[in-house]
Amino acid sequence: MIAAALAALLAAAGAASGPPSVRVGSKTFTESIVLGEVAARLAGAAGARAEHRAALGGTRVVWEALLRGEIDVYPEYTGTIAREILAEEGVSGEAALREALGRRGIGMTRSLGFENGYAVGMKEEVARRLGVRTVSDLARHPELRLGFTNEFMDRADGWPALRSRYALRNGDVRGLDHDLAYRALAAGDIDATDLYSTDADIRRYRLAVLEDDRHAFPEYQAVFLFREELARRAPEAVSALRRLEGRIAAPRMTDLNARAQLEGVPAAEVAADFLAEELGIGGEVAHVALPARLLRRTLEHVALVAIALAAAVLAGIPLGVAAALRPGGGRLILAAAGVVQTIPALALLVFMIPLLGIGARPAVAALFLYGLLPIVRNTHAGLTGISPELAESAASLGLGRAARLRRIELPLAAPSILAGVRTSAVIAVGTATLGALIGAGGYGQPILAGIRLASIPLILEGAVPAALLALAAEGAFGVLERVLVPRGLRARR
Amino acid sequence: MTAPLLELRGAVKRHSAEAEIGPVSIAFRPGETVALIGPSGSGKSTLLKLLLGLLAPDAGEVRLGGDRLDARDPAVRRRFGYVVQGGGLFPHLTGAGNVSLVPRHVGWGPDRIARRLSELAALARLDAAALARFPSELSGGQAQRVGLMRALALDPDVLLLDEPLGALDPITRAELQEDLRRAFADLGKTVVLVTHDLAEAAFFARRLVVLRDGKVVQEGSLADLVRAPADVFVSRFVGAHRALSLDAGSLP
Repeated sequence: MIAAALAALLAAAGAASGPPSVRVGSKTFTESIVLGEVAARLAGAAGARAEHRAALGGTRVVWEALLRGEIDVYPEYTGTIAREILAEEGVSGEAALREALGRRGIGMTRSLGFENGYAVGMKEEVARRLGVRTVSDLARHPELRLGFTNEFMDRADGWPALRSRYALRNGDVRGLDHDLAYRALAAGDIDATDLYSTDADIRRYRLAVLEDDRHAFPEYQAVFLFREELARRAPEAVSALRRLEGRIAAPRMTDLNARAQLEGVPAAEVAADFLAEELGIGGEVAHVALPARLLRRTLEHVALVAIALAAAVLAGIPLGVAAALRPGGGRLILAAAGVVQTIPALALLVFMIPLLGIGARPAVAALFLYGLLPIVRNTHAGLTGISPELAESAASLGLGRAARLRRIELPLAAPSILAGVRTSAVIAVGTATLGALIGAGGYGQPILAGIRLASIPLILEGAVPAALLALAAEGAFGVLERVLVPRGLRARR
Repeated sequence: MTAPLLELRGAVKRHSAEAEIGPVSIAFRPGETVALIGPSGSGKSTLLKLLLGLLAPDAGEVRLGGDRLDARDPAVRRRFGYVVQGGGLFPHLTGAGNVSLVPRHVGWGPDRIARRLSELAALARLDAAALARFPSELSGGQAQRVGLMRALALDPDVLLLDEPLGALDPITRAELQEDLRRAFADLGKTVVLVTHDLAEAAFFARRLVVLRDGKVVQEGSLADLVRAPADVFVSRFVGAHRALSLDAGSLP
């Protein structure tokens, strides 16, 4: 009750301070990004302060972000909602879906006018040669190698549903990235993959879409999901979104996807052109020149690394000291830091989402945890590696414990500690590129977009600066070493 | 007879790096120089660490100036100066930095430190220029002299030396022996020296304590040890050294 009143108050306060803000999210594939861009521009044209947090992640990440209020709107598909998001409730039919979403404070537009369901695709020539026209035909060829996107492999409405409905017995089934799957298909490394029925790549790679003759896949009507609270806060934005209902036919969507995906036209431009043609909504496409883009991403990237590294240094050195002074607890500290390091970076990023949401904060937290081990371990090694004679001389001097640490032991361990920080920094520069997967920005953004669009220049736009930044970090530490490591220690090496 | 300044009373140390020590009782009187000698593994370095409080005895006690030694108190630590083989200098500090480390920590001003440095350099016969160098740039003898200066910086009551000349070449060693003996005489401090070299022990100390397997086998002057060895071990220890040393012609 009080919470509700408070929320209303906050909403009112938000409304009072200028135009309402609308944050649109999207998943990591072209159509979602184009639709997200369309939604953001529509909301903007309706007077809201609209922001598009593009390519945030998979279904789970974006859905959670919507529930938590980190985004207000994102494009989704009815099949995904029924089979994946609300799978446990077993809802079917649009009314039931709306009802279940409503209980979570989420609203849904009507269909945008097209369906983009899962489908199974093969190269046209192979399909023709083998006489495969439907998925049932596919079931007669267990020797075919299947490669599915990782999400499809895991989703209840994906591979598990397909396999049991058609009793598929193929031995060679593996998971890969969506865009890589097409290339593997083209190269003949796999024979069939899952695809989205409006994918631009269907045309590009001359693929045959197999008929889902036994209806393993549900309907995947495209809709926008939005927080109902948004309808109160920014009603114009929501009614603007509703103007899209029934306005996009499947071939139109495939066209839009093809422009973005195959011709490399920025999603913002594709969306702007579409809105101008379809709804007569004009709008500038903010064209950000390469230097400005680079600068922004560099700032984002450096901020991620610098904050995480500073925190790792502030926490890691004291932990390393504690580990060195108390061997019992020390083993525990080192083991804990080691365990964190064994978690794959991607998994660590995703673990952070329920705790910290999306964006820079979870990325910084993950980078911090990742950066901890080299610093803790090297501080520990530097302190415990002091020769017994020196340790004894230090102990005999009549300095207090803290003074001994500060005046003798830490300076002696300085080269090792600095090497640890340096390792951490270089790891962080590389790992931070993954931050783009959860909306943290940085050099990972063009890399991910480049993988999605199969654009080498775009990948290089992220990869080259990231490599240069790692080299710069190395260089900076070389200088820092000269400043921080006492001359007497350097002379020996 | 004057009261002992430093004393081991029935001290026992188990599971040490060397043999199990003890029980050992030795009293060190103010101003005297005592050498602890014995073959390696006899426990002499462990005894020195007990005296210094780097190790705590498992039984018995160590007394300093009549009180039980509280080695955790830095002020008590500063009543000792400790010199190890090779000097034990901190490589991140210059010679002067090593010597002035603790004086600076206890709040001495720059003038006082500078005065003390030149006093100590004269005493240890160290070239002033060497003080500006880092340990890696010093010769073995210079490093050992700096180590001595560092041990003496706060004018301690007791000076403990663990094989101070062990790592030096014969010429440097002879030179430093002379300078050390003169310094001990000038200072009039209680000095406890650990060595495995009987000739060196006799050169510095009138009173020698022979150790074997963590126990005191005999105490006395070199003449006592030669004339009336307590057992076969002492007589063989002394004999071996005399044979070597007489060959070298350096035994006084």
